[in-house]
Amino acid sequence: MNGPSTGRGPLGPAAEALLIPVGALVAAMLLFGLFIAMLGQDPLAVYGLIWQGGFASAFSWQNTLSRAAPLILTALCVAIPAQAGLMVIGSEGALALGGLAAAVTGHLLGEASPAGVKLAMAGAGMLAGGLWILLAGALRQYRGVNETISSLLLTYIAAALFNHLVEGPLRDPASLNKPSTDPIGTANMIGSIPGMDVHWGLIFGVAACVLAYLLVRHTTWGFALRVVGGNARAARLAGLPVGALVLGACFFGGAASGLAGMVEVAAVHGSANASLMAGYGYAGILVAFIARQNPLAIVPVAVLLGGISASGGMLQRRLDLPDATVLVLQGMAFLLILASETLYGRMRLFRGAEAGA
Amino acid sequence: MAEEGIMMRMKPAQPVLPDHALGLEITGMTKRFGAFTALEEVSIRVAPGSLHALLGENGAGKSTLVKCIVGFHPPDSGQIQVDGHEQAIRSPHDAHSLGIGMVYQHFTLVPSMTVAENLVMSRGDVPAVLDWSKERARLAAFMDTVPFRVPLDRPVSQLAVGEKQKVEILKQLYLQRRFMILDEPTSVLTPAEADEVLGMVKGLARAGQVTVLMITHKFREVTGFADEVSVLRRGRLAGSGRVAALTPAQMAGMMVGERELPQGRSQDDDAVQASLPRAQGTDAAPRLVLNELVVESDIGQPAVNRVSLAVRPGEILGIAGVSGNGQRELVQALVGQRAPRSGEIRVDGTPYRATRAEMRRHRVYSLPEEPLRNACVPRMSVAENMAFRNFDLAPLASGFWLRRGAMLAQAARWIGEFGVKTRGPGAAIGTLSGGNVQRAVLARELSWPVSVLIVANPVFGLDFAAVAEIHARILAARAAGAAVLLVSEDLDELLELSDRLVVISEGRLVHETATASADIDVIGRCMAGHGAEHQEEPA
Repeated sequence: MNGPSTGRGPLGPAAEALLIPVGALVAAMLLFGLFIAMLGQDPLAVYGLIWQGGFASAFSWQNTLSRAAPLILTALCVAIPAQAGLMVIGSEGALALGGLAAAVTGHLLGEASPAGVKLAMAGAGMLAGGLWILLAGALRQYRGVNETISSLLLTYIAAALFNHLVEGPLRDPASLNKPSTDPIGTANMIGSIPGMDVHWGLIFGVAACVLAYLLVRHTTWGFALRVVGGNARAARLAGLPVGALVLGACFFGGAASGLAGMVEVAAVHGSANASLMAGYGYAGILVAFIARQNPLAIVPVAVLLGGISASGGMLQRRLDLPDATVLVLQGMAFLLILASETLYGRMRLFRGAEAGA
Repeated sequence: MAEEGIMMRMKPAQPVLPDHALGLEITGMTKRFGAFTALEEVSIRVAPGSLHALLGENGAGKSTLVKCIVGFHPPDSGQIQVDGHEQAIRSPHDAHSLGIGMVYQHFTLVPSMTVAENLVMSRGDVPAVLDWSKERARLAAFMDTVPFRVPLDRPVSQLAVGEKQKVEILKQLYLQRRFMILDEPTSVLTPAEADEVLGMVKGLARAGQVTVLMITHKFREVTGFADEVSVLRRGRLAGSGRVAALTPAQMAGMMVGERELPQGRSQDDDAVQASLPRAQGTDAAPRLVLNELVVESDIGQPAVNRVSLAVRPGEILGIAGVSGNGQRELVQALVGQRAPRSGEIRVDGTPYRATRAEMRRHRVYSLPEEPLRNACVPRMSVAENMAFRNFDLAPLASGFWLRRGAMLAQAARWIGEFGVKTRGPGAAIGTLSGGNVQRAVLARELSWPVSVLIVANPVFGLDFAAVAEIHARILAARAAGAAVLLVSEDLDELLELSDRLVVISEGRLVHETATASADIDVIGRCMAGHGAEHQEEPA
């Protein structure tokens, strides 16, 4: 029997899911304005430049979208395990190892047909990233280690491993100033989307988000995963294989990050070097949180943050602000998004009707 | 000088605390939560320097009573006299300034700090800069007044559980509490630790340092350590007296209630009996068999100790026992939430490890206690929660894909059939009332042919109408041939529903009887751990 909805707030839960993060972002922008004013600059001018640098022209859109591509994929590395109740923040490490695996694969298969090589590179990147995050999941599932801490620490191990290999055994002797692996060769680069100056990574990212969304919301596997994430006791009562589901979610998340590494190698750098670790993994955590771990919401949020980071250069050139300025904005946004998590279900504006006794 | 400064600052805030064990008298205390009466006209007198046990089943009102004493709940009516003077205790702060304190079930110590630091910090009026040599001297002087030792300089995290419990008690004394409430102080202790801590508490009371009111489930602790006992049952005082003058069976009788036997299905249920014929005779092969099952508690103690039993089709086997004697762990092992340490579970003669495939093949379903916590995902919708058993089967799934329409249709049908009151199938199940959550789970678990049904405290906290309905559903499942294992802390419920009763005490089955010929005195004694038919303890 459906009771009449009484005592309902003016707006429903859908509006809540949209307005709370947007509100937090607006608050972060205002705080950031205050920070700019303290530096002696005009906040409105800075907002204007962020708009110009990120979204005002075809050129800035291309810059923004190229940055959004890896962010989308690293955000999935947070959002997919989050469905199983895990808070994994190790995207940066999975990205680095995924990129390295892709670069090595690309070089080894250099002479084979380019389509096959690209496929193999993507596979190798996803496998490496997936296995890396799987480690964090296994530590949690079988040894009770907190996955947030372990995935963060695994990132440091991944970075050390990456640097060791790139500067040591896998170094291309021809890379003098910037130690890199052997180039994968121009034939194996994935290039741009026709008609745009944006590489194919964006399409990979969007496709991965749609796939992840379908997987989580519309398949039996995703349903089981959400039961595990919501209440592992109830999942066990229903006989669901909790361990396998948790590990699977970690693997898929890590694979997305590994694919981001492959894209960075095959579309931007042409080999694996320290430029891979540019902080996309960490920014992806922010993207996933703003998107409330919803795979589809990740795409617009990643574009937004991509735009903000794309405008960093312009702030530096025009106003002589350090290019880390936009990182301050990112940091403030992250803090306020985390703080706004406590508002869900507490604001009368969004309260739905309670069912009768 | 420094010490003087501290003392000066402390003095105005510090009320005059008593220096002797307090007597406490509660008269006519009543507490209602909405329409539910948690306490009704309860009067208890606790003599100064005594150890007074407060017994009762879950939900009998013990927690409500002590929360009224320490000022968490204002009682609706009734008086509290402390040392003969009537006092209004409106907050825990009021209670503390009278010298009344409570030790909670869970530790409230800071693990990374030493015992000394924990004690000093607990005072709540520590100055910004601590003079540790003075504090240490004061602590040493304080320790001379208590008859036991704890390592003051050890971090709490390095203490054994029993020692932590001692520090909690020590903290109360350090804060000059002279009336101390202990809420199930031994629930996380091994039996040896429990004896040591309770012996110490008793010594303190003997010495006139403190009066103790102890909530417990364990008769062993009452007979072993308490001077007096009060028993609550369904919010009323069921009886009280000197422990020496009472037998455990009498206490158990107060706790579970006096009733005439045989009860339950004898006369008034004859019609139901006739319409629900027993599906199989008692000679049918057992469907659910436990063989020497051992299950550990959270702290690694054997909570279920070599339990063997068999449930036949068309039979309800009731497991009676005082809360905390292994029922929770037993049920968790049966429904797949806890791996047994040894022994085996067999269903239809084959080993059973509670996987989804086995549940489906053997048609094993369950109604665990606290369904929202144990059987549901609160933030998922009613429809999704109702689909936990069959979301991966047609018609709810086609292959790998979920079919939301079919899921909603199933939910809409069950919401009607089971009378679940909800805004709609899309509402989060966490927004439903307890009775409606249980109805939703019933629909999910009982809309199929059921071979084995595991049930634990199915009506705890529910209103009368929901109770009758849920009992009828369980009886219907039995009539349809299910083997039902019913674990309950409510003996009335067990006598009403089950065909056979076993009693669990300290993780062992200590008594078995047919419900029709059950002897309530024997059951009470067995629940209290003093069974007449106490079986030989396996080594």
